[in-house]
Amino acid sequence: MENEAGKGRERETVRRITCICCPMGCELTAAVNFRGEARVTGNRCPRGQEYGKREMLCPVRTVTTTVRIAGRENEVLPVKTASDIPKDKITECMNELAKVAVSLPVEAGDVVLENAAGTGVCVVATRSKGL
Amino acid sequence: MNGRVEEAVIVGGGPAGLAAALSAWEKGCRKVLILERDRELGGILNQCIHNGFGLHIFKEELTGPEYAQRYIDMVEAQGIPYLLQTMVTDIELLPDGRKIVTAMNKAQGILEITADSVILAMGCRERPRGALKIPGYRPAGIYSAGTAQYYVNIEGRLPGREIVILGSGDIGLIMARRMTLEGARVKCVAELRPYSGGLKRNIVQCLEDFGIPLYLSTTISEIHGRDRVEGVTLTRVDEQGNFISGSQREVPCDTLLLSCGLIPENELSEKLSVQMNSKTGGPVVNDRLECSVPGVFACGNVLHVHELVDHVSAEAQKAGRFAADFVRERHGSMPAKAGGEV
Amino acid sequence: MKKYDVIIIGAGVSGCAIARELSRGRRRVAVLERASDVCEGTSKANSGIVHAGYDAVPGTLKARLNTLGSRKMESLSRELDFPYRKNGSLVLCFEREGIKALEELADRGKKNGVDDLKILRPDEVWEMEPNISPEIAGALYAPSGGIVCPFGLNIALAENAAVNGVDFYLSHEVTEIAVQKEDRGIKQEKGRKRGEGHYRIYAGKEVFLSPVVINAAGVYADRIHNMVSSRRISIVPRRGEYCLLDKKAGNMVRSTVFQLPSKMGKGVLVTPTVHGNLMIGPNAEDISDKEGVNTTACGLEQVLDQGRASVKGVDPGLLITSFAGLRAHLTGEGREGDFLIDEADDAEGFFDVAGIESPGLTCAPAIGEYVAEMVNKKYPVPAKQDFQPYRRGIPNIAKADQEERKRLIASEPSYANVICRCEMVTEGEIVNAIHRPLGAVTLDGIKRRTRAGMGRCQAGFCSPRVLEILTRELGADPMLIRKAQPGSEILQGRTKDSLAQDFQRKGEPE
Repeated sequence: MENEAGKGRERETVRRITCICCPMGCELTAAVNFRGEARVTGNRCPRGQEYGKREMLCPVRTVTTTVRIAGRENEVLPVKTASDIPKDKITECMNELAKVAVSLPVEAGDVVLENAAGTGVCVVATRSKGL
Repeated sequence: MNGRVEEAVIVGGGPAGLAAALSAWEKGCRKVLILERDRELGGILNQCIHNGFGLHIFKEELTGPEYAQRYIDMVEAQGIPYLLQTMVTDIELLPDGRKIVTAMNKAQGILEITADSVILAMGCRERPRGALKIPGYRPAGIYSAGTAQYYVNIEGRLPGREIVILGSGDIGLIMARRMTLEGARVKCVAELRPYSGGLKRNIVQCLEDFGIPLYLSTTISEIHGRDRVEGVTLTRVDEQGNFISGSQREVPCDTLLLSCGLIPENELSEKLSVQMNSKTGGPVVNDRLECSVPGVFACGNVLHVHELVDHVSAEAQKAGRFAADFVRERHGSMPAKAGGEV
Repeated sequence: MKKYDVIIIGAGVSGCAIARELSRGRRRVAVLERASDVCEGTSKANSGIVHAGYDAVPGTLKARLNTLGSRKMESLSRELDFPYRKNGSLVLCFEREGIKALEELADRGKKNGVDDLKILRPDEVWEMEPNISPEIAGALYAPSGGIVCPFGLNIALAENAAVNGVDFYLSHEVTEIAVQKEDRGIKQEKGRKRGEGHYRIYAGKEVFLSPVVINAAGVYADRIHNMVSSRRISIVPRRGEYCLLDKKAGNMVRSTVFQLPSKMGKGVLVTPTVHGNLMIGPNAEDISDKEGVNTTACGLEQVLDQGRASVKGVDPGLLITSFAGLRAHLTGEGREGDFLIDEADDAEGFFDVAGIESPGLTCAPAIGEYVAEMVNKKYPVPAKQDFQPYRRGIPNIAKADQEERKRLIASEPSYANVICRCEMVTEGEIVNAIHRPLGAVTLDGIKRRTRAGMGRCQAGFCSPRVLEILTRELGADPMLIRKAQPGSEILQGRTKDSLAQDFQRKGEPE
């Protein structure tokens, strides 16, 4: 839902966004002006403000998935990106993770992939697994 | 092990059982035992590898396994005993008000445990295809979303490559994203109701992010394929839920995932003849989360299906406390001193 | 080439009953089955009823075998250890005029040798079965009616036949039957005259040779018959749809409740199953597709509606699954309405066991004996001294009492490891089902032998576990484990296998 309220130099891009920070799912209205400044309304907490701005300028997501465990055919290790990565890097991140196979034991928080898709963000184990 | 006597036996080692056990322990019970049927504690959280858990309880966003681990660590730190791969087969009420919990496992065979109180924390299960009355053949390739989640997230196996999902419950939405990330193609999610059953955030981050269409007021009127699913017929429904003729559309796929609701798992509760609430599918409880049989408490999804695990933990914490109160009242004093006779 | 004295085509309940009876004699017997397991056709999807014997027209083969089969079922269930219960049957009538029809049924029953039938007044019926419709005018009561586990019966017969030396060739679909004259090659035309050599049967890339062929191919019995005989027969698949309800509804009735056949249709029955569920069905529809076991929306509605006419308070919310089965209905040439069990006129040694529709399951024990008698008369052999009539089924933890459970677990601890929660089926039972004669190799095979996956969650929790046990016990590739027939593999690959080039792709290419 995008519309441009165009009035010469005061052109704004306005979008309705559903906040995904928590299960509340606030309906935000976010606008970006010609200077690239974002303004968010409809949020019920500061995280919503932050989310709305980022979603307009550079949307990011946490990726949660699994990686293979060397020598295990019927078990995988759950992992996540240690912080959000740009949305358009998700596919590349998954392709890199497809090539990873960790050796046990693993501790939750152990890095399984560094600098995922060139984002500077690591992918870490979300659970421990012994041998 | 037979003839074991406990103050509180917790049936289920998922989020509800873990929080209930901890809270009973913190309130002074020292003879607490968790009975878990799976190979590890944590319940369904182990396969919910996505994030979004813990915002209320831990004030941070955790994945399912991380959330479970927090509780497992606390249980381990207190040294609360638990038995894995142990199935409770029966709960009986003794004339003196205590309960006999019968369970079995490979290592110990049949266990008969006498308990002052029992906390029911068995969780829920998914509504199967049969209950949805979708006609057609019975080929391979029809899975409940949770079963697919187990194959994908625990075993690293793909139950299909071309997916249609019926029902927009949260597990279905989450699985739409998971299957997509893992290389499958999710064709669409069909929802019978005119609104989604899942959280808005999941519609955004699991469907919209990946361009997966959500068809509301739409259901599956037929499943095609004899050995393996080959496609489904989508049909739009009117406000009364009747098929709108002419709206049928075939979608080829090899897999149908069902995410059409959860049912509290109360077969054990029923063996105890606790009064049931037909609306929630769980036992009737008083404000102490106590069922119609005194000393039997219920919490988590066995009581009613919760939207958030944080709420399950909070409720279970109360149930554990009330169970401890019950035990204390029953014993007329503080229950057995720590390190007392076992 | 494989030589046998008798070849039976079809490992359904008729074929397996015949195989078992023939294995009492010193002869080589083989069963050829197109599916990868026994009990995969009509025998797996039916009402599971042991009909008392008042239905069939007196004087027909159906009538005779029904009464015999019904009488034999109880002792057979003890010999072969499969679930059977004599729960009695009721035929309801809803109009006063119907009582006359009930009396006719009772009379028919008497002629068929069923002499304990009774007409009950509505109050007597309600006293017996309080959930029966208040609309009834009366009912026929048949105390000898029963229920049986159709898979249990079929599998027990097959296992026992196998133990007594019958060879089963599964996944062996018969594609051609020719006549081979001794020393003079293969004769192409149909029929076979006295003393003219053997049947040459092509099945599953193998050739079998036998002087005696028994055609127990269910809905395909016409196809098999017409390969050999020029007097063609035709089998129409008559589809019946069923609804199975949760065990919570299992005690709504104790007996099997039929309706008097009326203008409105053939009538749907409501019955408890031997495992404690409630089953409603079937409707009846002649179709052209011999594989048409799909359910239909209106069929299921019809079944539920008619079921609710008999038993009040049937809660469709307790539905756990629905399915359809095909009855092999013989048509044409005045054959309609009876079984065709006989040697073909123009093909010596070729015996048809065709048109085995209801009450075929009930008749199975009698069909086995009847056919064996025909074969023995013409091709006598000495009896086997070491015939083993008994078979022990898979232990059933869910039904065992505490002492029995303890004993089983002491003998094998995996009988304490519950895999299917809903039906309480343990690892030990599943492993047993895999390693016994004609053991299970598919999820459906496990389900029919142990009930794992047959409960209210319909395999949601247990199927990954059962798949794992099958993989382990068979030493198989998990990707090849199937639900049922080839093409029904459960898993389609590993996660990310289409993302990474470094890993072998196992699934179908996109």
